Amino acid sequence: MPHDHHDDDFHHSGMSPSGHPYREDDDRPLTYWQTMEIAMRELLVEKGVLTPEEIARQIDEMDSREPANGAAVVARAWTDPDFKARLLKDASDASREMGFDIGPLRLIAIENTADTHNIIVCTLCSCYPRNLLGLPPDWYKSRAYRSRVVKEPRKVLAEFGVTLPENTTVRVHDSTADMRYIVLPRRPDGTDGWSADKLAELVTRDSMIGVGLAKSPV
Amino acid sequence: MAEHVRVKSMMPPGHVRTPCYLRGKSGTIERRLGEFANPERAAYRLEKEMQPLVRVRFTMVEIWGKNAENPDDTLDAEIYAHWLEKVD
Repeated sequence: MPHDHHDDDFHHSGMSPSGHPYREDDDRPLTYWQTMEIAMRELLVEKGVLTPEEIARQIDEMDSREPANGAAVVARAWTDPDFKARLLKDASDASREMGFDIGPLRLIAIENTADTHNIIVCTLCSCYPRNLLGLPPDWYKSRAYRSRVVKEPRKVLAEFGVTLPENTTVRVHDSTADMRYIVLPRRPDGTDGWSADKLAELVTRDSMIGVGLAKSPV
Repeated sequence: MAEHVRVKSMMPPGHVRTPCYLRGKSGTIERRLGEFANPERAAYRLEKEMQPLVRVRFTMVEIWGKNAENPDDTLDAEIYAHWLEKVD
């Protein structure tokens, strides 16, 4: 049985039998903000503003949002020029049109072209189109990404494996206020006649943030 | 005809939604987004004050000068009208 090991001989030594240090248990005291979150949540329940079921349901809804939603929007734009025009005009309405419940999200879609590459950041905090794409990757919230991408986007892109020609214009979008952004990546070559469902498999989360490109067909 | 604007270089305390690195920098209006409740007042529950919000496009050379990675690359940011002044 995998967990039925007898480690009494060495578990005080701080090292596993193979000589690796044990990872410390994550049982530190609550941080200030964790305490505040619990206090606020319990007050809202106690005062009858929300029920625990409603809070759990909202968490479930947020967890059910994933980059596949955005990928479906992108693939539809690649295959339906009228939809693409509506998406570029009002990305919130276009996403709702596809049946995504994105709440009050105000979304702007920005299109990559042969001579323009777009990339998204929020330098002030971590604004991200969560209601369409789900939770942001951890690096998106890091100080390193937020401070560097506005100053040296090409270098950051290269670290993500994307090297752009000198004559491509890079446009950085700093999501500072009420709008959220999604990049419409370029449709990969060699996908003529593909269905939207099949195309959606080529659309990565990173390509919709702008630090990646859509995958090429294998 | 592009409209030129400059971000005011003021440094008010408190909740501000205009990044420091853009203050004092000039750009052109990329698009107008309509009116939004000013978050700098909303953060303190002050009365709802609507402010036009615009997307301003800056060149990297305008923001970073000779340190720009590529002078012609651009950066767009949403800036509230009370942070902007016209540039002739």
